[in-house]
Amino acid sequence: MCPAGGLPALKAAVDHGADCVYVGFRDETNARAFAGLNFDDASLSEGIAYAHRRGRKVLVALNTFPSTAGFARWTRAVDRAAALGIDAAICADAALLDYAARTHPELRLHLSVQASATNHEAIEWYRERFGVRRAVLPRVLSLAQVEHTIARTGVEIEVFGYGSLCVMVEGRCALSSYVTGESPNCQGVCSPAKAVRWEPHANGMRTRLNGFLIDAFEGDERPGYPTLCKGRFDVGGDTYYALEEPTSLNTLDMLPELMRIGVAAIKIEGRQRSPAYVAQVTRTWRAAIDACARAPAAFVADRRWHADLDALAEGQTQTLGAYSRPWR
Amino acid sequence: MKLALGPILYYWPRHAVLDFYADVAAAPVDVVYLGETVCSRRHELRLPDWLEIATMLADAGKEAVLSTLPLVEAEADLRLVRKLAEHERFRIEANDMGAVRILGARGAGLPFVAGASLSVYSAQMLSLLANEGAMRWVSPPELSSATLADIVRAAPAGVETEVLAHGRLPLAYSARCFTARHHNLQKDACEYRCLGIADGLDLRTREGAPFLTINGTQTQSAGVYTLLAELPALAAAGVDVVRVSPQGDGTLDVLAAFRDAIDGRRTPEAAFASIAARLPGAPCNGFWHGRPGVEFVAA
Repeated sequence: MCPAGGLPALKAAVDHGADCVYVGFRDETNARAFAGLNFDDASLSEGIAYAHRRGRKVLVALNTFPSTAGFARWTRAVDRAAALGIDAAICADAALLDYAARTHPELRLHLSVQASATNHEAIEWYRERFGVRRAVLPRVLSLAQVEHTIARTGVEIEVFGYGSLCVMVEGRCALSSYVTGESPNCQGVCSPAKAVRWEPHANGMRTRLNGFLIDAFEGDERPGYPTLCKGRFDVGGDTYYALEEPTSLNTLDMLPELMRIGVAAIKIEGRQRSPAYVAQVTRTWRAAIDACARAPAAFVADRRWHADLDALAEGQTQTLGAYSRPWR
Repeated sequence: MKLALGPILYYWPRHAVLDFYADVAAAPVDVVYLGETVCSRRHELRLPDWLEIATMLADAGKEAVLSTLPLVEAEADLRLVRKLAEHERFRIEANDMGAVRILGARGAGLPFVAGASLSVYSAQMLSLLANEGAMRWVSPPELSSATLADIVRAAPAGVETEVLAHGRLPLAYSARCFTARHHNLQKDACEYRCLGIADGLDLRTREGAPFLTINGTQTQSAGVYTLLAELPALAAAGVDVVRVSPQGDGTLDVLAAFRDAIDGRRTPEAAFASIAARLPGAPCNGFWHGRPGVEFVAA
C-alpha cells in the first residue's frame, strides 16, 4: 500500500510494484493537506485509469474529521471519489463512514489509522456498523498485540511498515493545534510549515514552531524539520529527545512475522515524498515481499535493500517502533 | 449548569486519593468521574476501591461516573472495560469505540457519557453516538466556541454537552511512557516512577519556556486551560456541564470558585482572580477562541 502525493508518484508506485496506491484530494479532507500536494478530479481520474490498466488499485484517504458546518465538503469528497471509480475509501470519522456506507453501499471502506482503533472490540464496532473491510492499526501496538487483534476480528488488518513514525496515537493528538492552531484531525496538518522558522545562528541552526524553540543544531549536525514531538527539550535539567527521536520506521526484518500472523497489507508512509522516493521504497518492498512470500522460513532481508532504504532515511536511524519495545 | 470533577490524571499515592475523595464528597460538585484513564500499569487503587469511592460519592448525592482508558491495547484492558460495564449502578464514560461496543452489547444499561477521546467534531457524529446510547458528550479540547455552538445547536434533544473548563489539557496519548523514558527505564519495568508526581513532569524548551507536561503515557499542556472567566460564553454556547481536572493542590478551591461563579455569588472574573495565583502553570484558553491552545485571550 504505497503513498502518492501526485500523479508522477502514483505512476512511480504502480510501475515499481505497488498493489495499491493511496492518495488524497487537494483539500483538508485528508491528513496530508500540504500545499502543492494531492489530486484534483482530473488527475485522480487519470491515476485510476493508469493503475486499473495495470491491474492495480487506488484508494482515497478521507481521514480528517468534518465539522458540522463543513460536513457536506466531506460527503461531496466521498461522492466524487466513488464516481471516479476508486477501489476503496479510507475514513476515520464514524459519521462520514455512516454516510459512505448508506450512500455508496458498493464502495469498499477501510478504517483509517486516524480512527485510533487499537483493539478488536473497537474494530468490530466499525465492521458491524459500517461494514468496514480493513483497518489500519495505530503505530502503538506490539507485534503480539497485532497478532491478538487479527485473531479476534473479521476485518483485514493493515500495518505501517515503513516511513515517518508517529509516537502518539494517531487521531488523538492535539499537540500541533496546541502550539500552532492547526491539527491533523481538523486541518490535515502537523507542525505546519507556515508556523516554522529556521533561524541561523553563529554555529548552527535553531528551529522554531510558532516561536517555541523545538531544537538547536550545532556545527555539522543536520537540522531536522521541527515536528514538535521530535525536538530536544529540557526535563528536570536533562536536555534530550524527551518524546521521540527523529527516527523512521522500518520493519523489513519483521516481514516473515508480519506475514505469519496474517497482516493483509503493509502500508508505506509518505504522501509528502517525491516520486523518486516512492519509486525506490516501492521497488525495495516489492522485492522483499515477493522473496518472503516465496520462502518465508529462509527470508533474510537483503543488505542492498537496507542500503537503499538507509539512503532515503536522510541520515536518520531506523527503528522497529512499537512492534518491538526496546525503549531505553 | 452542572459542575463536574474529571478523573485524577496523575498517579497519586493511595492515601492521597482516598483523602481527596473524602473531601470531594463534601464539595459543591455535581458529577465526579473516577478511575484510571492514563496507564493500565497504575494500581494504587483497583476496581473494588473505585466502586467503593463511587458508592460513597453517590451516597453524598453526587453523580459518580466510571471512566474507561482511552488507549486500550491489551486484552487485560478490555477485560477491565467489560467489568466496569457490568456495574449497572454507575454510569460509564466511554473513551474508545471498544467501550462503546461493549456497552452496547450489554443491552439495556444506563446511557453512557461519550468521552473526549471519541472525537466528536460534528453534530452528525454526536447524533450517531446518541443512537448508540450516549446521554452526554465531552468535547475534544481543541474545539473552538463557534464549532462547539454549531454542534450544540444541532444536537439531539436531551443530550448534554460537557466542556473541560479547568486543568492542564490532555493533548496526546502514546504506548510509550515518557516518564519511564526520562528515568532511562523501560515501560514494562518503570518502577512506577510517576507515583507521587502530583502535577506531572515539566517539559521546557531549551530556552526555559514552559511547553508541555509529561504524565506517563500522556502528554499534557504546560499551560492550565481555564474557561472560568468565560462562563457566560459557555452558557450562551449551550454548555450543560463544566469539568474541572484535578491538580496537585487547591482543586477544592477551584471547585468552590466555579460553584460561586455558576451560582452568581461571585463574578467569573472575581472567581478566577481568587485561584489565579495557585495554578500549576500559566493560564491558557486559546482553543476556545479558535487560536493555538497555548494562547491566553483576556475575557
